[in-house]
Amino acid sequence: MNNILEINNISKIFAENNSLCKAIDNVSLTLTKKEIVCLMGPSGCGKSTVLRIISGLDTADSGIINGDEWISADSLHTAMVFQEHSLFPWLSVAENIGYGLRMKTRFSSEQQVNQKVSQLLALVRMEEFANALPHQLSGGMKQRVAVARALAVEPDILLMDEPFSALDPFSRRELQDEVLNIRYHLDTTFFIVTHNPEEAVYLANRVIILTKRPATVLKEVTIPFSYPRNMVDPEVLDLIQEVTEMITSGRGKAEVN
Amino acid sequence: MKRLHKIKRGIALPVTIVIIWEILSLNIGNSFILPGWELIVPVLIHPMDSLFGGASLFENGVISLERVLIGFLLATVIAVPLGLLSGWSERVDEYFNPLIQILRPVPPIAWMPLAIAWFKIGFGSLIFIIFIGSFFPVLISTVEGVHNVRIRWLEVAESLGATTKEKFVTVIIPGALPFIWTGFRLAFGVGWMCLVAAEMLPGTSAGLGYLIMYAYNLGQIQVIVAGMIVIGIIGIVSDYLFRCGQTRFFDWQGKE
Repeated sequence: MNNILEINNISKIFAENNSLCKAIDNVSLTLTKKEIVCLMGPSGCGKSTVLRIISGLDTADSGIINGDEWISADSLHTAMVFQEHSLFPWLSVAENIGYGLRMKTRFSSEQQVNQKVSQLLALVRMEEFANALPHQLSGGMKQRVAVARALAVEPDILLMDEPFSALDPFSRRELQDEVLNIRYHLDTTFFIVTHNPEEAVYLANRVIILTKRPATVLKEVTIPFSYPRNMVDPEVLDLIQEVTEMITSGRGKAEVN
Repeated sequence: MKRLHKIKRGIALPVTIVIIWEILSLNIGNSFILPGWELIVPVLIHPMDSLFGGASLFENGVISLERVLIGFLLATVIAVPLGLLSGWSERVDEYFNPLIQILRPVPPIAWMPLAIAWFKIGFGSLIFIIFIGSFFPVLISTVEGVHNVRIRWLEVAESLGATTKEKFVTVIIPGALPFIWTGFRLAFGVGWMCLVAAEMLPGTSAGLGYLIMYAYNLGQIQVIVAGMIVIGIIGIVSDYLFRCGQTRFFDWQGKE
């Protein structure tokens, strides 16, 4: 298998109001190359925390990541797309996309940066807006720029934290198709936190469902349909229903297994 | 049309005051108390003419502006880096904040006796007063600006591989800049007011504050009024320029 990420039994404890609170309890999961995996679960269950640990923005308190006893995933090659308000408002679209490439660790010449930025502008169909400032863009366009900016650093895994939930339904579907399109062109693995079962079934190869706090993996569902998925197909609708019920059941810990 | 009405309403009160002023001045008939506009306007429309055998209105204005600019620039050169560090590092803030809170409420003019003791009457003490007046608005706005930089922006930068130093240069500074600019605008206004007040103290020999005080000693009230108008105009114009800069460079602020 082309495993790109293997997480074994990571746990995370938060200090909250002078008491310790377990946010994540022995979560294990694997991601393989070029797949789209959605992470779901009841709200507040710690989905985002799992994502932040993989991104290196947070550290786990125990567990094994990629065979090493890392509790920090700093050197894993990932990039993160946030829900909203993540573009640098003082930089143009092109400058935002090139941001990561201009960091010292990347050693890119200005010519390489420009070349890469043009490619990505084309990939997310934002060429016309290269010089626009973020506040001049619609919500959907901003997220396309945020995706392009994360892809610029050529991450093995693109982490997305509810990337489309602030968008209207039409832009959301457009962005979802964008993800499928990018996956078709690039080898990137997508790991997406979402609270929308329909979105998960539309996008993912696999859906990982967490229980409520402290989060453990409740179930993994492989989505058997080929792309593009027909969202009015009764089988697809049934699966969406099934996923929804699993998440609801995950709220009561007694029902696990 | 709407704009025209707005302008009309805006000038209604000043015009009324000028008219009442003129009527009162004709009734009082004493230009040592209330000079008529026929005396004030000539001073204003001949700004290059020497006054009382010394520097002209224009020259005095330039001298005052130069002083404010020097004091203001000195203040920003120190306040901006200190504010950036203080906003970024809690430890630096813990060192500086108590001292700043103690010194901040002291009116800049209250420093005048010390300023004279340390720098003698004249250029040095005036620059010092403007420095004190401009320093705190810039410092406080800069700290505020750093605190207003979104955590999200820093996380994005980190996720894209920025080092701490790079985060500081590429996120903290540009993110705080609109606030810093507002600090500049406030500081220049305060500096200007402090300067004119300081120039009126005994011992100075040039500047708009000096000019109006000197005119008072000579009983030339029309020069005082003309000088006050020029002081006001310079204040308005500089504020307007800062506001233009704000819309030109920081149009993105608050629009996301």
